[in-house]
Amino acid sequence: MIAHAIFFYIFSFIAVFASIMLTVSKNTVHSVFFLILDFISVSCLFIMIGAEFLGMIMLIVYVGAVAVLFLFVVMMLNVVEQKNTLFKSSSDSTYIPIGLLISLIIFFEIIIVIGGWKYKPDLLNSISMNISSELTNTHALGYVLYTDYIHLFQLSGMILLVAMIGAIVLTFRKRSGLKRQSYFKQISRERAEGVDLIHVESKKGVKIDV
Amino acid sequence: MFEIGLGHYLTLGAIIFTIGIAGIFLNRKNIIVILMSIELILLAVNINLVSFSIFINDLAGQIFTLFILTVAAAEAAIGLAIIVVYYRNSGTIRVEEIDKLKG
Repeated sequence: MIAHAIFFYIFSFIAVFASIMLTVSKNTVHSVFFLILDFISVSCLFIMIGAEFLGMIMLIVYVGAVAVLFLFVVMMLNVVEQKNTLFKSSSDSTYIPIGLLISLIIFFEIIIVIGGWKYKPDLLNSISMNISSELTNTHALGYVLYTDYIHLFQLSGMILLVAMIGAIVLTFRKRSGLKRQSYFKQISRERAEGVDLIHVESKKGVKIDV
Repeated sequence: MFEIGLGHYLTLGAIIFTIGIAGIFLNRKNIIVILMSIELILLAVNINLVSFSIFINDLAGQIFTLFILTVAAAEAAIGLAIIVVYYRNSGTIRVEEIDKLKG
């Protein structure tokens, strides 16, 4: 129990530190690195609490795909030279105290909700999907995900498909003067227009450029 | 203090959520950091769902976390594509200079 507490505090401190640094760091590349650190520490928390599959999926999806996508875009757009002016711009920085105030109010509202919160007495009877102790986490998720939630699962697949097509359509551009392969012309080429048989009489030679 | 319960995880989620919201409010760097703050907010929601799922011994929270993860990945891809297109058209993605939409 002590070890659980120690690891919880370590990982959550790292997560909070990384999220603060993500917000205030001057360089956007550093922000992406802190995002990666944040995701890794939260996935360690998930693995520690007993949701191993989700922790691993967090690592794969967020760190492996999303954060690398962010990094790629940051490096492609050359935003590193557009430095942060978070605390420098004094001319019209009236939004900073208001933003801090509003986020503090939101934080205290959430804390009030968490503090005065209890289970409904009949909640524990209404739970339908108990986590059984003889199945692993991945097994249990798979049993539920492919049976009860199959429609939502396929719908999320559709969401990913639409996102993929949307990203391709958005970033695609036609350039002029670019030579590219024309598959239709290439496939519809016939033998008659590609090959020219010339009957060569002997001892006369060939006159190629007619 | 040493008995880690549901409240600890919920507090962690609240802190990360608040930092994400403050990140949206405060930054004028570029719009990519705002997208990252949205990712932070979704991460906080995931923490809440997973900790509830573990502590009341119900699997539904983890399923919903999977779906939130899917939506977050799709949103990041689309958002970054829009940012790339905007940068190509206007040459900047600083938040204070994005003012093509008047009103």
